[in-house]
Amino acid sequence: TEPDDISREEKRSLSLGGHVGFDSLPDQLVSKSVTQGFCFNILCVGETGIGKSTLMNTLFNTTFENEEASHYQNGVYLRPRTYDLQESNVHLKLTIVDTVGFGDQINKEESYKPIVDYIDTQFENYLQEELKIKRSLFNYHDTRIHICLYFIAPTGHSLKSLDLVTMKKLDSKVNIIPIIAKADTISKSELHKFKIKIMSELVSNGVQIYQFPTDDEAVSEINSSMNAHLPFAVVGSVEEVKVGNKTVRARQYPWGVVQVENESHCDFVKLREMLIRVNMEDLREQTHARHYELYRRCKLEEMGFKDTDPDSQPFSLQETYEAKRKEFLSDLQRKEEEMRQMFVNKVKETESELKEKERELHDKFEQLKRMHQEEKRKVEEKRRDLEEEMNAFNRRKMAAETLSLSQPLKKDKDKKK
Amino acid sequence: MDAIMLQEKLVERLLCARGRTTRQKDKQYVGFATLPNQVHRKSVKKGFDFTLMVAGESGLGKSTLVNSLFLTDLYKDRKLLNAEERINQTVEITKHTVDIEEKGVKLKLTIVDTPGFGDAVNNNECWKPITDYIDQQFEQYFRDESGLNRKNILDNRVHCCLYFIPPFGHGLRPVDVEFMKALHEKVNIIPLVAKADCLTPNEIKKLKDRVRDEIERFGIKVYQFPECDSDEDEEFKQMDKELKECTPFAVIGSNTVVEARGQRVRGRLYPWGIVEVENQSHCDFVKLRNMLIRSHMHDLKDVTCDVHYENYRAHCIQEMTSKLAQDNRIDSPIPILPLPTPDAETERLIKMKDEELKRMQEMLEKMQQQMHEKDTC
Repeated sequence: TEPDDISREEKRSLSLGGHVGFDSLPDQLVSKSVTQGFCFNILCVGETGIGKSTLMNTLFNTTFENEEASHYQNGVYLRPRTYDLQESNVHLKLTIVDTVGFGDQINKEESYKPIVDYIDTQFENYLQEELKIKRSLFNYHDTRIHICLYFIAPTGHSLKSLDLVTMKKLDSKVNIIPIIAKADTISKSELHKFKIKIMSELVSNGVQIYQFPTDDEAVSEINSSMNAHLPFAVVGSVEEVKVGNKTVRARQYPWGVVQVENESHCDFVKLREMLIRVNMEDLREQTHARHYELYRRCKLEEMGFKDTDPDSQPFSLQETYEAKRKEFLSDLQRKEEEMRQMFVNKVKETESELKEKERELHDKFEQLKRMHQEEKRKVEEKRRDLEEEMNAFNRRKMAAETLSLSQPLKKDKDKKK
Repeated sequence: MDAIMLQEKLVERLLCARGRTTRQKDKQYVGFATLPNQVHRKSVKKGFDFTLMVAGESGLGKSTLVNSLFLTDLYKDRKLLNAEERINQTVEITKHTVDIEEKGVKLKLTIVDTPGFGDAVNNNECWKPITDYIDQQFEQYFRDESGLNRKNILDNRVHCCLYFIPPFGHGLRPVDVEFMKALHEKVNIIPLVAKADCLTPNEIKKLKDRVRDEIERFGIKVYQFPECDSDEDEEFKQMDKELKECTPFAVIGSNTVVEARGQRVRGRLYPWGIVEVENQSHCDFVKLRNMLIRSHMHDLKDVTCDVHYENYRAHCIQEMTSKLAQDNRIDSPIPILPLPTPDAETERLIKMKDEELKRMQEMLEKMQQQMHEKDTC
């Protein structure tokens, strides 16, 4: 009630009595951003050899170092490269991400995964920075992908199955501009049919590609006319050919010269116009306001955060944090208890085992002792028996001796007789 | 009447080239020099047949090229699938047969198409239906050849396979290598660089060198042109050499006729120029056509019969005999010739050796007995 009144009140428009000067605000913004520098990240998705690197060189009128990729990669991997460019007094930190090995494998079912993972990782990094306690977002090197250029092979028939599958996975994560690569192999009539077929396939499969914004009157006209030319049929070249009395970037064939910047030859100029000269800032904004926010929302919901609790009262992030923390701590405690319990049980077990073993040992010992005693006794008996025998023998011996002593006279007498 | 006159003219020409006099001609002329002419006459009467397979991903211009090669429209009402339908597509084999005639020579041309090859997201073993088809045709011919009534054998064996390599990459891709390796011992493979109008002459040369290197590196046996005889003239040898260095052919096809340099030719119209299909400085279409149709068609058939089919047949028979050896109850569907009976000479030798063996055995026994007796004594 009270806040509503205030906001309604503040919507009154007033007229100024003189020149105040806040009309310089946009200029201030511009000079600030110029000193800060801009950053732009392009992702190029397309088969090996389709012309991604050449197009980048042509777009930015420079030669980014690049080795030719081989067709025999085991999987798809992404290769980001960052460059610092300058034009007039504007600095641009440009990152170009290449998909190496895309479309080369025999089984391409997993090809889209590395791309999606890369985009999500950049979002995650930004989210982490945002959630930090001590953060420096103004200094942060934003690596989120602002635009994905999807290179379609110029077959002249329709999209490839891999194109459809990949674009469907990417359309909710990044701005996609589909382009027809190596367009100098399609004649004008074929091109018209091809473009219509591609767009109808995208629409019928629900793939959301980037639409050039038409809400700003300054650019709405050119943007809406460009929207009708999608996908752009491009030709890239860094070689220069003399045509007439000018030297232009072109491709020289035995039957003619394809000029890159000739609008009746290909849509390169349109792409450059739209991508760089008119809508670069809008692309960055869309990435942040739409794709990143979607990612953030999904991620936080996954973690259990909600904007409103069951009673529809606004939840504050702080409370949610507290609740989560408590939950976490109690969880921790419970786990500790469990561990302790387990430890105690284990100790008991081992103790009882040891006791058992001790007892067994003891029994064995007793047994052995008894046996030993038994043996000893037997031996004793034997010894006594033996002694007795010895005594008996000795006595007989003595008796025999004395007998023999008294006997020999008798014997002699006997003999003499 | 015409034919007989031709025969006589041919004979005259042949004999004159050797510089014989008329008198010698009467004495030594037997007349078998007219054989080539007889062959020609008979073959025209019989007609020829040729089976050509085209393979490669969708959108590489296979149908357009076939139409350009045979100057006809074989693919009138075909329906192309959407990307969505192709995600899990399986490879089909379709056949189109046409009878075409030129200067009295009839050709029954069969084009075997492979829609769906390489189009799905998962292309594991997508060449299997193709190898199965080729094997089936071999098996069919094998059965027919071994049958009792061999009057009307239909030869459906694939004589040549044109494999289309996309020009958008840096050379052969894994699916190209696997396909060619699975088929190189079953059919004559001729690799082509498709849609060559997207490459400048330098790029074409680089790509051709790359592809040739990779074919050698992976051990793929593509169709080799036969060596020319040493007594052919220099011009022919030069042409042959150029042809061999030009492989794989970089081709462009077209279904439309355009006006170029005052003539109506098959070509493609671009804002920056006109590509003429039959212009040798634009692409290798003419070379391909000459090779495929005008000079090497019969050689392709011969290699299919003499090499690929024989390989299949030998392999098949080996398998069958090894199976039969294991299980005598299996009835062979094809009569296996019995092993050749040894002739008299070898039989006698065998008998002798047998008797020798027997004698030696007896001696051994005797000796053993003697030893035994000695022991007991």
